[in-house]
Amino acid sequence: MALKNKEVLFGLFDDETQLLSAVADARKTHMEIDDVYTPFPVHGLDPLLGLEESRLHIAGFFFGLIGTMTAFFGITWIFTKDWPTIFGGKPYFSFPAFVPIMFELTVLFSAIGMVVTFYTVCGLGPGVKAMTLHDRITDDKFCISFDITEADEATKSDVKAFFAKHGASLVDTKMI
Amino acid sequence: MSIVVSPTREPLVFGSKTYHQVTEDICSPSEKAPSRQWVIGFIIAVTFLAVFVFCVSWQIFYGVGAWNLNRTIGWGYDITNFVWWVGIGHAGTLISAILLLFRQKWRTGVNRAAEAMTIFAVICAAMFPVIHVGRIWLLFYFLPIPNTRGPLWINFNSPLLWDVFAISTYFTVSLLFWYTGLVPDFATLRDRAVGFRRKLYNVLSFGWNGAAKHWQRFESLSLVLAGLATPLVLSVHTIVSFDFATSVIPGWHTTIFPPYFVAGAIFSGFAMVQTLMLVTRKALKLEDYITINHIESMNKVILLTGNIVGIAYLSELFIAWYSQFVYEQFAFANRAAGIYWWSYFAMMTCNVLSPQVFWSRKIRRSIWWTFFMSIFVNIGMWFERFVIIVTSLARDFLPSSWSYYYPSWNEIGIYLGTFGIFFTFYLIFVRIAPVVAIAEIKSILKSSGDQYRGKNLGHDTHHAEESHAENH
Repeated sequence: MALKNKEVLFGLFDDETQLLSAVADARKTHMEIDDVYTPFPVHGLDPLLGLEESRLHIAGFFFGLIGTMTAFFGITWIFTKDWPTIFGGKPYFSFPAFVPIMFELTVLFSAIGMVVTFYTVCGLGPGVKAMTLHDRITDDKFCISFDITEADEATKSDVKAFFAKHGASLVDTKMI
Repeated sequence: MSIVVSPTREPLVFGSKTYHQVTEDICSPSEKAPSRQWVIGFIIAVTFLAVFVFCVSWQIFYGVGAWNLNRTIGWGYDITNFVWWVGIGHAGTLISAILLLFRQKWRTGVNRAAEAMTIFAVICAAMFPVIHVGRIWLLFYFLPIPNTRGPLWINFNSPLLWDVFAISTYFTVSLLFWYTGLVPDFATLRDRAVGFRRKLYNVLSFGWNGAAKHWQRFESLSLVLAGLATPLVLSVHTIVSFDFATSVIPGWHTTIFPPYFVAGAIFSGFAMVQTLMLVTRKALKLEDYITINHIESMNKVILLTGNIVGIAYLSELFIAWYSQFVYEQFAFANRAAGIYWWSYFAMMTCNVLSPQVFWSRKIRRSIWWTFFMSIFVNIGMWFERFVIIVTSLARDFLPSSWSYYYPSWNEIGIYLGTFGIFFTFYLIFVRIAPVVAIAEIKSILKSSGDQYRGKNLGHDTHHAEESHAENH
């Protein structure tokens, strides 16, 4: 998420195979890709782009742990300290009976926590205006964009040549 | 890209689709004015919804006495319908979560609609315990919050409270999972729309733009949510079965209940998915995406779970006999041959005998057979819950309190009304959202599209080169 406006030069490809070979080539020639936009998750793209594995699942684990703890300590405190109650002659601390709610809260906390984290780190949410380079990117076009805010003419023509070489069906610039 | 798919797998997308055609086909139903069929369906659904509102208002005003429950039979239509609707919800999560973990590609055609069905079915289910409490204004007693009872808390050791947690967690997680999956597809609709619809989908799509890092996180999130939803869906009907299994009623307190309920839930859920999908694919012309292969796969699940349920029924009978416990034996003799023999008969016929036709491949791939069977299974699974609940209660330990139960007009009205809730939501969903997961279909297109499969297989690389050449 850029804080200030930037100008990007982007090219659209018709097929993910073209996109992948273009990305691989750009990495090889040390061209700095700003971002890649696709209509669906293209497998094999992340290692080419050098993206590290998402750590979302680690967050999910800890959110789940908080849920388990909340249920376990909450129920234990309520039934042994706050208001000890005997149900059917069972001990106050009847752990097996706590398990279902501990499980449910684990799942609940983990799911809510992960989804909230996901939208927060991606900068998505209701009312966020979409930064779309082209309307067909969510349809059938695969896009690579380069930041050209401070680029000179030579770099721009290099990028254009790169797009032409890899068969981009459309090349354009846009302020985002 | 080299995707290894067995050559014996049949295509999941027909019509030699391109990515753009996929978008067109799936988006177009919600971009056109509603069809006449839709309008008629919606009017009927809203009528039933009105019946629900009327009957529930009546019941809240006059109390639970509006129902024909009595001292012997304290649970009737209400809990039968509750369990039935919760069970129906299970197929959606199974398709979206368990089949995702098992990498079953055919889930992509039906998962969106099935998840929507889950959410609407859980809403219908949740209505019953809520109105069954009688004094609905004291509903907050369910919640673990300080309230007018002073420091006395709810009973965390009770299966009825576990149910509150299970159902609300299930609803929340299903909703999050479903909506997160919808976000990229709403973005697709947004980028095709103009004017008001563009604004609407801009809000709904949360500003999604398809960036590589977002997709990576999205997939990570989907996978972990699937991993969470899998034990969750098993836990929900397990806990519903605890409502019965932890009691002391003969016919209820059996350890077989959790797996038996879960299998039954998936069984009835898939039947409802079939009913909905057969109509939806026809009405929205999605036959290329929800294919006969999808229908056959679901029929296989119905056959499997139907037989698990059948084995559970027989195990119950065997254990009742083998236990030498007279009350248990009486409970099962009463189920099969007592006053409610007809409901046991309906259950056995619809759930165990009738699905056996699905051993035939021809019948599994027949639209009409599938449609009628799906209705049969839904009826059968409703009767299963009726048998378990009402039959067991009607003949209790004290013969002088034996009783008979039939629903009042109000109970029937509320039950029919839940169909109004369900179909009103479903029809709105069909209008607003893509019924098939667009992005997911595109991601399996190259491995499961018919131009890359079946008799065309082996020309895979050739075709890719060809399309490459066309682009230049």
